[in-house]
Amino acid sequence: MKIKVLSRNPDEYRRETKRDIHKVQRNYDPKLHPFEAPREYVRALNATKLERVFAKPFIGALDGHRDGVNCLCKHPTSLSFLLSGACDGEVRVWNLAKRNCVATIQAHEGVVQGMCFHPDGRSFLTCGLDKVVKQWGISEECTINEEPINTILGKSVFQYMDHHQSENIFATCGQQVDIWKEDRSEPVRSFTWGVDSTHHVKFNPIETNLLGACASDRSILLYDLRGSTPLRKVILSLKSNAIAWNPMESFVFTAASEDYNLYTFDMRKLSAPIMMHMDHVAAVMDVDYSPTGKELVSAGYDKCLRIFSVDTSRSREIYHTKRMQRVRVVQWSLDNKYIISGSDEMNIRVWKARASEKLGMLSTREKASMNYNEKLKEKFIHHPQIRRIARHRHVPRQIYSLSKEMRIMKESRKRKESNKRRHSKPGAVPYVPERKKAIVKEVE
Amino acid sequence: DRYPGDAPVPKKLMSKYQRGKKLHTKGARTHHGHVKLVQNEKKVTMAVKQAARSERLLQEQSGFMIPEDGESTTNVTQSDIVQAADITTAQKHFNLELTQFGPYKAQYTRNGKHLLIAGSKGHVAALDWLTKRLLCEINVMETVRDIRWLHQETMFAVAQKQWTYIYDNQGIELHCLKQPNEALRLEFLPYHFLLASSNATGYLYWLDVSVGQKVASHNTGLGRLDVMCQNPQNAVICLGHPTGSVSMWSPNVNEPLVKMLCHGAAVRSVAVDPTGNYMATSGVDRKMKIWDIRKFEMVHSYQIGCGAGHMVFSQTGALGLGKGNIVEVYQDPCRQQLTSPYMIHKLKTTVNNLHFCPYEDVLGVGHGDGFTSLIIPGAGEANFDAMESNPYQTKKQRREAEVQMLLDKIPVEMIHLDSKMIGKVDMKSFVERVEENNKIHFKKPMSISYEPKHKMKGKGSGRKKEQRKRGVIEEGRRQTVKELVKDKLQEGAQGRKESSTAVSKSKGVLDRFKKTET
Repeated sequence: MKIKVLSRNPDEYRRETKRDIHKVQRNYDPKLHPFEAPREYVRALNATKLERVFAKPFIGALDGHRDGVNCLCKHPTSLSFLLSGACDGEVRVWNLAKRNCVATIQAHEGVVQGMCFHPDGRSFLTCGLDKVVKQWGISEECTINEEPINTILGKSVFQYMDHHQSENIFATCGQQVDIWKEDRSEPVRSFTWGVDSTHHVKFNPIETNLLGACASDRSILLYDLRGSTPLRKVILSLKSNAIAWNPMESFVFTAASEDYNLYTFDMRKLSAPIMMHMDHVAAVMDVDYSPTGKELVSAGYDKCLRIFSVDTSRSREIYHTKRMQRVRVVQWSLDNKYIISGSDEMNIRVWKARASEKLGMLSTREKASMNYNEKLKEKFIHHPQIRRIARHRHVPRQIYSLSKEMRIMKESRKRKESNKRRHSKPGAVPYVPERKKAIVKEVE
Repeated sequence: DRYPGDAPVPKKLMSKYQRGKKLHTKGARTHHGHVKLVQNEKKVTMAVKQAARSERLLQEQSGFMIPEDGESTTNVTQSDIVQAADITTAQKHFNLELTQFGPYKAQYTRNGKHLLIAGSKGHVAALDWLTKRLLCEINVMETVRDIRWLHQETMFAVAQKQWTYIYDNQGIELHCLKQPNEALRLEFLPYHFLLASSNATGYLYWLDVSVGQKVASHNTGLGRLDVMCQNPQNAVICLGHPTGSVSMWSPNVNEPLVKMLCHGAAVRSVAVDPTGNYMATSGVDRKMKIWDIRKFEMVHSYQIGCGAGHMVFSQTGALGLGKGNIVEVYQDPCRQQLTSPYMIHKLKTTVNNLHFCPYEDVLGVGHGDGFTSLIIPGAGEANFDAMESNPYQTKKQRREAEVQMLLDKIPVEMIHLDSKMIGKVDMKSFVERVEENNKIHFKKPMSISYEPKHKMKGKGSGRKKEQRKRGVIEEGRRQTVKELVKDKLQEGAQGRKESSTAVSKSKGVLDRFKKTET
């Protein structure tokens, strides 16, 4: 008779010395883990509630400007520095880590309209309403030289400027889109299409020969540096205030429009936007992509910032403060952690990109636990109780009432269309997706 | 490399770790949704495969007894096992002779480290059963009806003559629970932190021990509730009744969830196996039946010599029976039809209580003369999961585990017959939502495949039924009358037509020669 009785050697189950870690044996047999689904649900619920408890996105404000902040520029090689230009012509360099102003210079006589850094980070350019483009040198500690390296006098007012990803080329826009080389005092090339002015221009960070521009005839233009004529134009229903290229997808860009929406286009097919992001209740002033290319942040005239995911039409987050007035510019920091917004009341605010994220060094256990919680929240997001808690945001009264109004208006429009459809010949009123309704025309 | 890639995992092992069936990824409405579903399924398959492969890392092997030719395990006695095994195992078989304080009940903690014994006349003792180190020993000076450890070895509940008391592991009385009165049996639901107790007057009472508040109390109306056990997979309380039926109760519903007629005579004991699939009941009619709880069908029926007063399942599915002064253990009675018990042990006095020690091959028997610990090879789960219950936990680990358990406490509303219900689609409210959506014309109509509910709301009452019946008959009569009238009218019209045509036909002499129109 063979008899074997279960007996464990306690030395294999206990740690040897005080300096060891405890031994944790695992057995993943489902029989030993009853109530898996309810326990996971409870953990997901707790994780969602804790996320709301720890959601404190506002980090600090940088104040010092004496007029509204009109443009922000990220330093290309250093995460701690930021450049901002105000409506009185002042340019300031900020140290984001210490939250103080490192240097300030009176760059222009009027509004500083556009700023861009040279990719090596040692000089930057500013342009203003006084028809001047100035190039300034900036040192390692980010102090600006008193005198600009270079001054270019232009023929007309400059509205915005952007620098090429790697070469010594920059573009300005105003009456027309001009391409400049750093040492020349005349533009190398000028693009025009019609008689309208352009107020925003952005270089594509991946396909570095491409440019996108927003014109005042409600259109978005695409240019190629290698060609002499513009590529394409798409006319929307209302003017776009800004465009931003996706840093991960080379042909995708998002336009922030006056009709309270953001439109993400695929450059190769401009007949309809791939996604329409709707959540703002006033014009969208600026848009920027996260360096991962999966999320974007938009600054609205309705005094709030909204963070969208690229593949959803509704925002996942809203940032607002009583003291923040019309937000003009927004940037997403290059380490994917912070969002910087510049607004009309002369303040630059630094926010966390993920509101309940813990900043600073995390131990491996903390990271593992946070990853687990994130995954749980993702898994149970469709359960009504958890969705209700995860979606809940406190929103300023104006935005709340305006968004309710807009919903009613939209529903009534839909109802009217559906009634027309029901009472007319089948096929007479076709189903047109909302996205397509935004485009007026596409021109070669 | 002759065998490139990962070693293949046997399908049976994969199916052990697979929770539910694989998802149909063809049903997604958008491409994006389809992509997400497929990616998720891949991750799930990978997780199942890794869990299956991790079985190789398990250290211990469960105990066994393999008889040689001509021998049978039924004849093996405890002394044989003690001789054959090593010293540590020999220590696991012992006898506590406590003749003074009445028949004893015994219970092990969830991790199998500590033992609580209580005599009916009031003697209660908590000890570490392997080292025999006493945690506490008190006499409560009252009749003790039932005892239960709470979630850890720090607290236990004693159902005394009138009220239920909760004691610290040092014997200090912490709480006196005036409700429920005269509790007969106690059950602790560890994942919900609920102490369920059954009353002599037929009340079932659930108390949340973490908050200290009553959760639910149901008047079952079924008399004295002497026989109680919990289903470890869905936290439902099973009661056995003298009418021969077994009822299952959840704190959310006022009526029994299920009521099954199990025996022709009184039910003496009920036990549910740890997988939650099978229930063993034994009745005064000397039968022991194994039921499949999910289908509510009888699987096996055994004739045992007399009614088994106490039944308990071990972690590996072995069933221990106490009949009179004999303890019998059957190995895997649920899935196979057995002819003889695996092991038998005879005691001097009647068996009062049985409990298998978790993660050990030990069966603790409380009887009239004290407590006996028997070695049953193959009864305990060999490899424990330290995150669930760790027999070798330190004080710090115990405290951390308590906090984790409290954080993961499942709310009472989730106690149902199907514990996985939270993961399923709530078809009822989804269907309602779809119907609402489809009523609004400007929204895109959603189409889902479901069977529309046969709504009898307001149409089920007898009077209405009769009226409807009469109405239908009336309708039928009307139809027939209509048809008759119609036919008649038609005939009449035809007749008139014929007659008119007949009149219009003029009689001529030479009609005979006219060609008849065919």
